[in-house]
Amino acid sequence: MSAESSVLVKVQNLTKYFPINKGILFQSHIGDVKAVDDVSFEIYSGETLGLVGETGCGKTTVGRTILRLYEPTSGHVYFEGIDLMSLNESGMRAFRKRMQMIFQDPYASLNPRMTVGSIVAAPLDVHGVPDGKDKKERIDELLDMVGLNPDFVNRYPHEFSGGQRQRIGIARALAVNPDLIICDEPISSLDVSIQAQVVNLLEELQGRLGLTYLFIAHDLSMVRHISDRIAVMYLGKVVELADRNEIYLRPLHPYTQALMSAVPVPDPDIAETRHRVILEGDLPSPAHPPVGCNFSTRCPLAKEQCFTADPEYREIVPGHWVACYFADQFVK
Amino acid sequence: MTASPLFDTQEEQGLQSTVDRSSGRSKLIHSLYSRPTSAIGTSIFLIFLLLALLGPIIAPYAENQQIVSDARQPPSSEHVFGTDNLGRDVYSRVVLGARNILLLAGLGTLLAVLSGTVLGLVSGYRGGLLDEGLMRFFDGLLAIPALLFALLLLGILGPSSSSVLMVIVIVYTPIVARVVRSVVLSVKQRGYVEAARLQGERQSVILWREIFPSVLPVLAVESALRFSYAIFLVASLGFLGVSVQPPTPDWGLMVKESRNYVDQLPWTMFFPAAAIAILVVGVNLMADGIKRFLLAPD
Repeated sequence: MSAESSVLVKVQNLTKYFPINKGILFQSHIGDVKAVDDVSFEIYSGETLGLVGETGCGKTTVGRTILRLYEPTSGHVYFEGIDLMSLNESGMRAFRKRMQMIFQDPYASLNPRMTVGSIVAAPLDVHGVPDGKDKKERIDELLDMVGLNPDFVNRYPHEFSGGQRQRIGIARALAVNPDLIICDEPISSLDVSIQAQVVNLLEELQGRLGLTYLFIAHDLSMVRHISDRIAVMYLGKVVELADRNEIYLRPLHPYTQALMSAVPVPDPDIAETRHRVILEGDLPSPAHPPVGCNFSTRCPLAKEQCFTADPEYREIVPGHWVACYFADQFVK
Repeated sequence: MTASPLFDTQEEQGLQSTVDRSSGRSKLIHSLYSRPTSAIGTSIFLIFLLLALLGPIIAPYAENQQIVSDARQPPSSEHVFGTDNLGRDVYSRVVLGARNILLLAGLGTLLAVLSGTVLGLVSGYRGGLLDEGLMRFFDGLLAIPALLFALLLLGILGPSSSSVLMVIVIVYTPIVARVVRSVVLSVKQRGYVEAARLQGERQSVILWREIFPSVLPVLAVESALRFSYAIFLVASLGFLGVSVQPPTPDWGLMVKESRNYVDQLPWTMFFPAAAIAILVVGVNLMADGIKRFLLAPD
């Protein structure tokens, strides 16, 4: 994205800890699960920012905390310059129509006792129909936009396939003309052929409606396809953030390098001969992250300083952010 | 972009819904009458309901009409259930008593269900101290046997139909609230509730639109069951003499009054007692049928 694009969302030092309490009657706070630990990044208007990481790295929590589904432990989220954390309930409600979410599980995120029409209309009931249109018209328009027959308005979710249900979820997210859509692993539970359809739909809608996406996923090839920039998370922290091509060609963080080496390549010759970085060990517990760099326990490059102090998250090259002591040596 | 050429296959576009779209009510009736037990139970209830509605029209005698010359008669063509010691027609009093008992038990159950539902919804959804406190308070109430508790309350409030109503509400609200709350607890974590919160839907809207529809089947079954218990409770209170007072034709009261003459006039006890038993069992069987219909594993 060009530097002139305006910043739509600015996440600053966002932290979300989930307290661990012990005791039945009188609970004592003995620790925290550090799901999101001091995360900062910006999302530019009109772009798709991919957020990747393994299960448990905190990427879903980041998405939900931005929308204040969880209250952050500390930090700020600025939406077009306005601090969302400073808003009360009714103030927040007004903002909710500008940021929506698409959920991972298309089966659980739709109320099985509501018709498709009412599900898609629900946001319209809360926020009003945009452009003062007729509600029924808007519902038909939305269903059409996502490739569903508007005649299906009175059907129930269980009468649809997974891919169709996900499209209903997308229609619901689009209902009030949001600016930002956080896609929380929207394709992880779909068949591969349907995944492609849904991603194509998302891209088409972005072009048509000028949407901004935060695309949270763990499928690297899909993220590469759809994202403009990609952020990599590990154990609650962002370890690298760069343009899509930059991160694939020149990953600077050892974790990113390991991830990139694992992405399947369609060419068997290249796949045979390329260097795979295999990580040893297991993901540490987010309740007891390692002292120093979170990745130090599995990093092939780890040296003494990595075990004592967290590396600074800095902009090493314009537009490319890393948190690693050894990043410089990979910058050619 | 015109309707769906990109995504839906030919089959999907022409998809005929395989879902049965006949009315829920007709399906319920059909299901209730498909088994002998619930068919009998439902029929019993409907017959008594009819009696209650048509009471004054079909009862051959007024409820307190005393024909002294006919007193103490066993069942005959003139008095189908016989007469009691005061010459009152037992059949008429049973028919007219149906209205009283169904009204009292029905209204009481309705109020208990309403208050229990609201408390269960709010308490279950909000959680925290409110929920804990309320549930422990209800636990305390439920620890006291219903009849004993009812007697206690009626001792304080004095016997009358409004006191009985209040008693039913107080005794049954905790049970309904618990049942509702348990459904709320399981539903409130679901994805679509989260989605509704993300939309900024107000709590009352979420409770009504997203959560209540899942509560409804369990609530319906519980209500039917509570209704059968309420009938028995009203009858028991009448029998103990702490409900409505004579000469109102209350079945429980009729059983009580007949005790003095039961060796001479057994029919004066038999018919009201049989009415109580049949109605309670009938409503219970109907509730079971409703449960099979609504909560059948699918």
